[in-house]
Amino acid sequence: MSWIAAHPLETTYWAFAGFAVISAMLCITRRSPVASALWLIQTLFCLAVLYTLLDAPFIGVLQVLVYAGAIMVLFLFVIMLLNLGRPGAGDLKGLVGAGIATLLGVALLLQLKGLAQAAPPADIVLPPGTLAAAQRQQGAVGAVAGPLFDTYLVPFEITSLLLLAAIVGAVVLAKRKL
Amino acid sequence: MLLGPSLVVSALLFVIGTAGVLLRRNAIVIFMCVELMLNAVNLTFVAVAQQVGVAGQIFVFFVMAVAAAEAAVGLAIVLAVYRHKETVDLLHINLLKG
Repeated sequence: MSWIAAHPLETTYWAFAGFAVISAMLCITRRSPVASALWLIQTLFCLAVLYTLLDAPFIGVLQVLVYAGAIMVLFLFVIMLLNLGRPGAGDLKGLVGAGIATLLGVALLLQLKGLAQAAPPADIVLPPGTLAAAQRQQGAVGAVAGPLFDTYLVPFEITSLLLLAAIVGAVVLAKRKL
Repeated sequence: MLLGPSLVVSALLFVIGTAGVLLRRNAIVIFMCVELMLNAVNLTFVAVAQQVGVAGQIFVFFVMAVAAAEAAVGLAIVLAVYRHKETVDLLHINLLKG
């Protein structure tokens, strides 16, 4: 109990991290696609909390607006359009598929666990609190927007080209007759 | 500093997403699992950004843009396939098997 009182940040972090992992498990095991989508939205909300705790409040807001808002509504819309809301017969692959998935999953988890011991090189690590201080100075949006429209201006413009291509592609694919 | 825990949570979410892609047959659910994997990577970016600088957060921004484009085009493909085959079960979508 005293640890929880002494570490409010870590306690919140672990609570939402656990909730995110549980929601993700439910997302991939629910039979109905709608239930899957709703559990995925739950996971995305938990991740937004984690982003905020990791000094990225603007990314957290974007996560809720873009991911949980726009992208998941698109998913729900397609589920509704195709009338897949009812849980059909189970769509899990057979035992062979499950075995391969477990094997690959465990192998990947072991590799990523090894990577989790790693840390960025000491000479590029900023002193603790640098990001939070920058956000206090420039605002949560300004701290991200400054470099985005300065150093990363060209990638940002290329992103608009990508979105345009996606719009054209989606219309061409979804339209019955052009 | 929450870098270590974030990398562990990110690895767990990524593996859950991979397992979903390998286990499910519903094309839309597989898409959702891909989104889950993208989000796991975003968590890594944000956690590293806390120590190395704001560039990681900007990369998350680009990943979100790519994810939005991918979802739009991917779901349009699912719609087109559904019109052709009347199903989104990947068991019945096996043109490449010959």
